[in-house]
Amino acid sequence: MKDNPQSGEKHEKADTEFHLEIERRDFLKIGLAITGVIAGGTVLSLISNVGESFAPGAYRKKYPYKPHHSMVIRQDRCIDCKRCTEACVATNRVPDYGWRTTILKRELPESVDQKWDFIPILCNQCNNPPCVRACPTRATYKNKENGIVMMEDKKCIGCKSCMMACPYDARYFNEAKSAIDKCDFCFETRLSKGKTNVACAEACPADVRVFGDLSDPGSRVYKLIHQLQKPVWVLREEVGAKPNIFYMKG
Amino acid sequence: MTGFNISRMVPPVIKSAYSRVVSGGWAYLLFVGIFGLLMLAGIASGIHALFIAGSRHAYGTYREVPVATLISTYVFFVVASTGLCLVSSLPHLFGVRNFMPIAKRSVYLSIITILSGFLVIGLEIENPFRMVIYNVISPNFSSNIWWMGTLYGFALVFLTIEFIFLIKEEKHTKAMIVCLLGVITEVAANTNLGGVFAMMHGRPYWYGPYLPVYFLLSAIMTGCAFIIFFFVLSYWINKKTIDLQTEKALESVGKLAILMLIIITIFTVWKILATFVGGASGTEALAALLTGPYAFNFWGIEVIGGMIIPFVLLLMSKAKNMMIMFVAAAFMIFSIFFMRLDLVVVGQIVPLYLELGVSEYSRLHTYTPSVHEILVVLGGVGFCGMAFLLGEKIFDGFQPMESGHAPEETIVEVKEAQETT
Repeated sequence: MKDNPQSGEKHEKADTEFHLEIERRDFLKIGLAITGVIAGGTVLSLISNVGESFAPGAYRKKYPYKPHHSMVIRQDRCIDCKRCTEACVATNRVPDYGWRTTILKRELPESVDQKWDFIPILCNQCNNPPCVRACPTRATYKNKENGIVMMEDKKCIGCKSCMMACPYDARYFNEAKSAIDKCDFCFETRLSKGKTNVACAEACPADVRVFGDLSDPGSRVYKLIHQLQKPVWVLREEVGAKPNIFYMKG
Repeated sequence: MTGFNISRMVPPVIKSAYSRVVSGGWAYLLFVGIFGLLMLAGIASGIHALFIAGSRHAYGTYREVPVATLISTYVFFVVASTGLCLVSSLPHLFGVRNFMPIAKRSVYLSIITILSGFLVIGLEIENPFRMVIYNVISPNFSSNIWWMGTLYGFALVFLTIEFIFLIKEEKHTKAMIVCLLGVITEVAANTNLGGVFAMMHGRPYWYGPYLPVYFLLSAIMTGCAFIIFFFVLSYWINKKTIDLQTEKALESVGKLAILMLIIITIFTVWKILATFVGGASGTEALAALLTGPYAFNFWGIEVIGGMIIPFVLLLMSKAKNMMIMFVAAAFMIFSIFFMRLDLVVVGQIVPLYLELGVSEYSRLHTYTPSVHEILVVLGGVGFCGMAFLLGEKIFDGFQPMESGHAPEETIVEVKEAQETT
């Protein structure tokens, strides 16, 4: 194939633009990192700082688990159709008096467009889980491979200290199990059986919930969290639990 | 052929204890019966709630307020146990002799208050049988609850051994070591109990180093109130006048109670001031306590009933008038029960997502104790009351060892006290 000088020029130009883009991004990264610090660290769109934020000195790797299961919730896409909660109930046999995931509503009377904001919540599968520290019998534990906070029902004494400790109201006492129940990212019902997505994310028609491996640069969650344009945040960051459920808009 | 005589097999010490209980008089036996029935009602209520109706239906707790009256009653009893142990044992360990006449009964009260606490929490925990197994074979050393439960278990063992030594009037090194171990485990357990709440970093009202210290100081205050209350009662039950040595010891306890009331009041003031300048969650909880649904509990019961009235009464009594001191102690015990309840419940009523501004978590959670819970609380009180009454007769009024061979110093101190009055 004959060389195309125009094409070569284009490549050269593209290379230059690419380098300029990288420089621009690096510059913006610094700016956003500083902004994030000034904003009290509530905005986590700090690119590489996200990894650092959730992998303190105790962890050798950037993300301590492989796969490092996490979820990105694109909040403004949620329309409160509740298909996610219905799928969760059906998949995980959640009784009517409890929930593993739910959708909160925030009224926005001042808003000129939509008057309601819908915020799906679930267990944040924290890297520093207060519930795991509080449990006297290690009935709840952090899975060392995938980072999911799990339950070993037979060890649960029902003291409810994990319910007190959880900053996200993610736990309830399940009478049928006679143990605390919580979201396990569908590990028992789906992931352990070879499926790769959680029931709530699969059921969502608006693609609000994106589930995946945060340690995989090719995954959607990685790309969504490590993008530059849109702010990413977590709930109740001040608690220091280092959650793995991230929120963003768009 | 001679018949099988079961009474021959019963040791004389049990026979005499039994006869003392039976000959306690109708009023005594009536109260033993009432407290015994309360205990049985409480146990039946707890078993019904946990294993038949389900705690979700029978108890007033729910997802957002997972623990309440039963945990606060447990806290009430075990903190009292720590206080009883500390007030009676620390002077013992450091050789402050004027506290010695109260040692036996105080250690006994410390034992029965732990057991009362265990009874109540046993009827709160959903799977008490799993607890027995997995607390041992699957311990979580980072859990305050694990440490607290385990240490109170050890404390119970040490206190029981200490009590046996005291009954046998053994004064050797072994008794002192057990006494020291009892104090250490009680203090560790008590501060860990404070840590259960203090280390909940998702609950700003509790979080921080304040509570373990508060629990320890509050324990000493509670111990003083329990000692005054139960000692005066015991002398009524045994139809005796308080001997001079015990009276002198109770005077010291009364003075200590005044000091602890002042300290706890200062602690409470600073807790309020510090919380006021904190985040929204803490200030909301504080507002609920000071001006919201818990305002009567706080101002009426905790402050007026538990701080001001007892303080004035104790000052009026000059730590000498046992009747006034008894009334002050009764006020203190009643209000301390609500102090524990308010601490546990108010720490949970502020919604976890309050600052998110969502409608589901915009109002304070509410909690009302259910009949089942109230019965379990009364069951704990019933056990404590029954064990106290039975103990008075079984151990023959906890005769102070000084009645047989009082230490010289104590007699001299009492004589000096008599001369000065």
